[in-house]
Amino acid sequence: MVMFNVGDRVRIKESHPPGHRRTPYYVRGKTGVVERYCGDFKNPEELAYGFDGTPKRELYRVRITQTELWPDYEGSDSDTLDLEIYDHWLEKIGG
Amino acid sequence: MTTDERGTHDHDHDHPGTTPDVNETGYYELMAEAMKELLIEKGVVKAEDVRRNLEFLDSRDPAEGGTIIARAWTDDAFKARLLEDGTKAVEEMGFPMGDAELIVVENTDDVHNMIVCTLCSCYPRTILGLPPDWYKSKSYRARAVVEPRSVLKEFGTDVSADKTVRVHDSNADMRYLVLPQQPAGTEGWSAEQLAGVITRDAMVGVTLPQA
Repeated sequence: MVMFNVGDRVRIKESHPPGHRRTPYYVRGKTGVVERYCGDFKNPEELAYGFDGTPKRELYRVRITQTELWPDYEGSDSDTLDLEIYDHWLEKIGG
Repeated sequence: MTTDERGTHDHDHDHPGTTPDVNETGYYELMAEAMKELLIEKGVVKAEDVRRNLEFLDSRDPAEGGTIIARAWTDDAFKARLLEDGTKAVEEMGFPMGDAELIVVENTDDVHNMIVCTLCSCYPRTILGLPPDWYKSKSYRARAVVEPRSVLKEFGTDVSADKTVRVHDSNADMRYLVLPQQPAGTEGWSAEQLAGVITRDAMVGVTLPQA
């Protein structure tokens, strides 16, 4: 039972906790669409400090339009950026 | 030339090709070395394991990736498996992905894909070998996600405005390989011939293969 489905609109949390994080700053607070579910993986934010990384986290690929990321983006409106986000950084938006 | 000799060899011209890329006495280099020695001393890993892993990584090169792409161009069933589950499909050809998983992204008439790792330098090393210096540079890592079309142009790749440029940030557990479009003029070529036109940079998505 996965938390998000392909096509779900999601927001990447706008959060700035200290420590080792795998969510790059440039996507925090941005919205996109779930492109695929990649599987469950040990949480690298825990592994980084010598913990065992459990419980595992669901990893998703999120597709974000470049114009959402960079308001003055100069390429095509259809250009996208896809990246991997763990479930605890995602919130579903819309219905 | 050893580090000691360099210290006493004090003049202001460069010696091209002799400057080491890594400062062996730098803070992180010394820490890595100390960590390796400790792990060996405490029996966590054996020196032979470290050596064997280095030997394996050094033995990988983009030719391995080229054979994968050439097979996808000549074998539709394999191509379907490669796009469906990259990890399994390359393992079937004898290429292990190790701890990571592989996602293969296909260039089409409508989409051009390029790969970057903004957080470090994640790269499908077991099938392409070690990443090139530019891939690890802060400049590429920062600019590929902000102005991919300008970066592509600097690599000599002009992607038309009606095509979608899709950048993949390899920021977690997946590794990426671009499946380029087979270049015109190579119809009917054997997989061996095709492998010869597939370059590392085309599989990272910054160039297009040329016949």
